[in-house]
Amino acid sequence: MTARNPHSGRVRPSGSGWELAIWYLMRLTAVGLFVTALAHYIIVHFLYDPKDQTAQWILDERWGSVAWRTADWLMLAFVVFHAFMGMRTVIGDYTKGGVRTVLTMALYIGAIVLFAMGTIAVMTLQFPVQP
Amino acid sequence: MLLRYRGSEGMLAWAFHRLSGIAIWAFILLHVLDIWLASVNPALYDEVLQIYASPFGRVVESLLGAALLYHALNGLRIIVMDFWPSMTRYHKQMWYANWVLFALIGLPILIQIMAPAFGAEPPFRFG
Repeated sequence: MTARNPHSGRVRPSGSGWELAIWYLMRLTAVGLFVTALAHYIIVHFLYDPKDQTAQWILDERWGSVAWRTADWLMLAFVVFHAFMGMRTVIGDYTKGGVRTVLTMALYIGAIVLFAMGTIAVMTLQFPVQP
Repeated sequence: MLLRYRGSEGMLAWAFHRLSGIAIWAFILLHVLDIWLASVNPALYDEVLQIYASPFGRVVESLLGAALLYHALNGLRIIVMDFWPSMTRYHKQMWYANWVLFALIGLPILIQIMAPAFGAEPPFRFG
């Protein structure tokens, strides 16, 4: 029996296996995003101004090195998992039966498409990087 | 649900976490699409960028930042309680501490983002 705590997280699934792995991965990606997503927001909105960040600027500065592209791709992997698995919990809370299955499958397909699009963008924006 | 249960910090923390999470998920869809646009149609991307840089865009970005910062801070609070259950006793104090951090971190960022919308230079300059 899981203790009922007055907190806002999903209660840790009992036993082992798939659900428990997702529960741990949600927390792992959360810590990853705490660093990468907050740093990303600070860079894009505090250190620089959106009006200066043209496609050319992204090519020259933001993605001017393989290291930044790798870091941003890692953030993409974290956020696609965390956001879509979070939505899976939301769908699970408010739907059931066939509707839940259809929505969850649509969610997974959306996650795969979005991950592919983000990966293509970060990898191919005039790659290889100009010296 | 927010109105039906006039309530405790734990419940509000949960509701805000869920609302901010859904909002951030929706923005991620838009954000990956727009950065994908940078690689397939840079000229169109630069036009979309002007929306982000407009006063309206800056308000939306500030709201996004607020959702992100709340979700990040409350997420840490959840992790603390998940892995150190005895800390659950202080869940209210941690929630109030989150709001203090939220204001301290959020206010300078809000001023920096909104300044150009009022014709002012962003107050914090780098490089």
